[in-house]
Amino acid sequence: MKNENLYNYILGIADNSLILGQRMGELCGHGPSLETDIACTNISLDLFGQVRSYFQYATKIAGDGRSEDDIAMLRQEREYKNVLLVEQPNTNFAYTLGRQFLFDIYHLAFLKELQKSTDLTLSAIANKCVKEVSYHARFSSDWIKRLGDGTDESKEKMQEAINDLWAYTDELFHQTDADKAMVAEGIGVDVTKLKDNYYREISQVLEEATLQVPGSKYFQKGGKQGIHTEHLGYILAELQYMQRAYPNMEW
Amino acid sequence: MTSTEQNIDERLLSILEQVSDPEIPVLSIMDMGVVRSAVIENGEVKVEITPTYSGCPAMDVIGDDIKKALKDAGYDSEIDLILHPAWTTDWVTSRGRKALEDYGIAAPLDAEADKDVLLNNKRIVKCTNCGSQNTRLVSQFGSTACKAQFQCDDCQEPFDYFKCLK
Repeated sequence: MKNENLYNYILGIADNSLILGQRMGELCGHGPSLETDIACTNISLDLFGQVRSYFQYATKIAGDGRSEDDIAMLRQEREYKNVLLVEQPNTNFAYTLGRQFLFDIYHLAFLKELQKSTDLTLSAIANKCVKEVSYHARFSSDWIKRLGDGTDESKEKMQEAINDLWAYTDELFHQTDADKAMVAEGIGVDVTKLKDNYYREISQVLEEATLQVPGSKYFQKGGKQGIHTEHLGYILAELQYMQRAYPNMEW
Repeated sequence: MTSTEQNIDERLLSILEQVSDPEIPVLSIMDMGVVRSAVIENGEVKVEITPTYSGCPAMDVIGDDIKKALKDAGYDSEIDLILHPAWTTDWVTSRGRKALEDYGIAAPLDAEADKDVLLNNKRIVKCTNCGSQNTRLVSQFGSTACKAQFQCDDCQEPFDYFKCLK
């Protein structure tokens, strides 16, 4: 492939949205209330829409006849480059919202930077996505405050979720080889520069939610290199089911 | 095309106005502002449309409906989906806003109100049923990606608000 770094860079961005979109989509018909059910699946829909824009661009770069569906559905587990955070399960609503919040704040900051990309397609996608993701961030931040500053039980569950998911936040700011190459070309976002502000913003919301900011310095990594937690295999088993059971089927 | 101006061939305007948004049938796609250009080149029509939301499931249907409407009028066509410049609620025409209100969907507010949203100040969305300003946000996300859910505290009617996207 001529532009392998760009291709891998796009997949790195899109896979986060794909896997998180799948996780949120699992709540369809299972949300804790009708409004939140609809909100979670709306977020899922936004993310899948964004993934399509990225993958359509990736197919042009790959130029090997693969479609956006092939890229989404037909890779092996280790070829998915999403961060570990987004594949964490919907243990309970606090985990679902905690995961969303920890990702949204990053996602919004990332897209704001990607708008400045010298790659016009990526900046156009970012321009589009940033409007949608600002709604996601507002939704998840509101819920962190509502549950954190809620009942004793909701506070305890929210705190537990944030504590557990905290270990997956540092990886958001790790650079891959594709990242470094794209930053050098002015196409990619230097995620290392987003880190301080990210933790500042997260801490502000947590404090407003009367929650403790976890102090743990023990972090997990691997997703960006394709080394995932066991959860991804189960997600892919469901995501890829139709293509694996009926190869080349089309709607 | 990258300008925010629309470029529509006048001969095609009346045809395109017949095509409605499949999720909000009272709204023509022209009033919605999703058609960015429509030109006739060598007898074939080239249409550029832009999605309201990335995941808007209506875009494929809108593309098919445009093709069909043009075919009925004797034109072959090609539909391109463009992302830049990104759609904004400013592109909904005043006729479109009225159609939304009549249909029971509160139209997106103006730029001032949008600033209030960004600054977390209270915005006032009027009830589409009784006109009361005593309304509250139920959920940021409504029946489709482009809408939020509100409820009126006077007449108790729940209603959709078309979110403001700038």
